[in-house]
Amino acid sequence: MQINWLEFTPDPSLLGGILLGLAAALYVHLHGRILGISGIISGLLHPKVGDVIWRLAMVSGLLSSPFWAAWLFDMHPIQVIDADWMAVIIAGVLVGFGSAYGSGCTSGHGICGLSRLSPRSLVATLSFMLTGFITVFMIRHLIGI
Amino acid sequence: MRKHFNLISQYLIGVLFGFGLLISGMTNPQKILNFLDLAGSWDPSLLFVMGGAVLIGLIGFYLLTQRIQAFFGGALRVPTRRHISKPLVIGSIIFGAGWGIAGFCPGPAIVSVGSGQAKAIVFVIAMLAGMWICEHFFIAYQKTA
Repeated sequence: MQINWLEFTPDPSLLGGILLGLAAALYVHLHGRILGISGIISGLLHPKVGDVIWRLAMVSGLLSSPFWAAWLFDMHPIQVIDADWMAVIIAGVLVGFGSAYGSGCTSGHGICGLSRLSPRSLVATLSFMLTGFITVFMIRHLIGI
Repeated sequence: MRKHFNLISQYLIGVLFGFGLLISGMTNPQKILNFLDLAGSWDPSLLFVMGGAVLIGLIGFYLLTQRIQAFFGGALRVPTRRHISKPLVIGSIIFGAGWGIAGFCPGPAIVSVGSGQAKAIVFVIAMLAGMWICEHFFIAYQKTA
């Protein structure tokens, strides 16, 4: 294993992580819910009275965060998306299906689940990390894209 | 009035979570894939993101034991299931494969839609389709996280 020192960003990543943890902690104290993005979004697919607006408010916050980051802090983070369109579509379906079937994603299981020492979330996090490692190994090193 | 504050809080926590993802670099799929690429030039940044988030999250969820109900009212809806079920593992495995293909998970994908990334928009539509397929063919509506 060789570390990519050029891309490694320990300080901003730690700071960003602290903000993510702060958001998750505030969320459960103020709203009594787990801050799990896949769960908040998937609830919009079967809308119920009184269960829609708060989800939209939360999602609007996520959607508008790049605007506030640019306006307040002049922050324009770089994004490099290597996957082609077909790969993006396949990945989207797998991520959507998997998070719904596995009851959570990197926020609900990864951040919140590990923070509350949930054995289910630990298993989920280890499972998706493992297949993430395997998938990238196959794509980058076996197929060689 | 309280209802309005509730929605404003939902929105602001969404913005804060978005900031966390933007600052930490997690909205850049290439950075996620470089973390998952153990055999290549490895970028450990994601570990720092998780470390920071879980550190604050641990404190937040520990303090939650002092709380009887959510600040904005209502019960604390923290998951109580403990059974390591087959859907939990299979779902997470599928999620990880999708994550490893494009480097997007639900939170960063939504934030990237806000940055106007065309591939993120397609990803989110495919993700919603994946969630819909799961919920309509594999599970009757199930609580998440």
